[in-house]
Amino acid sequence: MELVLDILSWAAIVGGLFFMVVGAVGVLRMPDVYTRLHAAGMTDTMGAGLILIGLTLQAGPTLVAVRLMLVWAFLLFTNPISTHALARAALSGGVRPFRVDMKGEQP
Amino acid sequence: MVRAFSLGVMLFGVWLLLSGHYTPLLLGFGVGSSILVVLIAMRMDVVDHEGVPLYLGPRVLAYIPWLLLEILRANIIVARIILHPALPISPIMVHFQASQKTDLGRAIYANSITLTPGTITTGVEGSELEIHALTWADVDGREEDEMDRRVTRLEQGI
Repeated sequence: MELVLDILSWAAIVGGLFFMVVGAVGVLRMPDVYTRLHAAGMTDTMGAGLILIGLTLQAGPTLVAVRLMLVWAFLLFTNPISTHALARAALSGGVRPFRVDMKGEQP
Repeated sequence: MVRAFSLGVMLFGVWLLLSGHYTPLLLGFGVGSSILVVLIAMRMDVVDHEGVPLYLGPRVLAYIPWLLLEILRANIIVARIILHPALPISPIMVHFQASQKTDLGRAIYANSITLTPGTITTGVEGSELEIHALTWADVDGREEDEMDRRVTRLEQGI
């Protein structure tokens, strides 16, 4: 049982690290602020989420586990608001999205 | 009144989970601070159907796992794009018509869109959402429609 929990939690933590690293690579590779936000979104949804799930499995059925899940819940509530605020600030600041026709939609 | 009471109960529940100290004195402080926060919230006039959306009820618990699965799927797609040597992105801005009736429903929908990597809500005007997407495939309709329907159902309580 212990072994299964350890394997699961390490899988989650390594998965979270993977998404963190890919998110960071994405922030470096993407061409402009909006596309970078997409990459940054990965680090705090899946990256932080999987790491917190892994830590929760390590904590076992304790109050610490509840607190770790609360941390993720608060992240999920606040992250879209800050992302939206950043994108909106960039738009009203006149930063034009990379390769997007502002007037309309691509087919 | 029901809202204020349940807000107090929820606050105290969170306090219990976060504190971990269960002596009478500290429990008393917990009750006191919960009541104080409820009173401040009532004075601020935020204890209404938006501040304490009780009517969403247990349906939220059905929506969240679905949203988490969507987030996982979208994450894998975006990770593929980032790791692809050619970085195959074609950013695009689209306008959506959200079918929710209330501001709360629209906020839930807009935040759900932003939470799934690959799409960001950059603006909300009335019931029209402006969305920036990483590729055209992210907004080709099906996925966002499904989310739209689910949030509307969540909001209406069907």
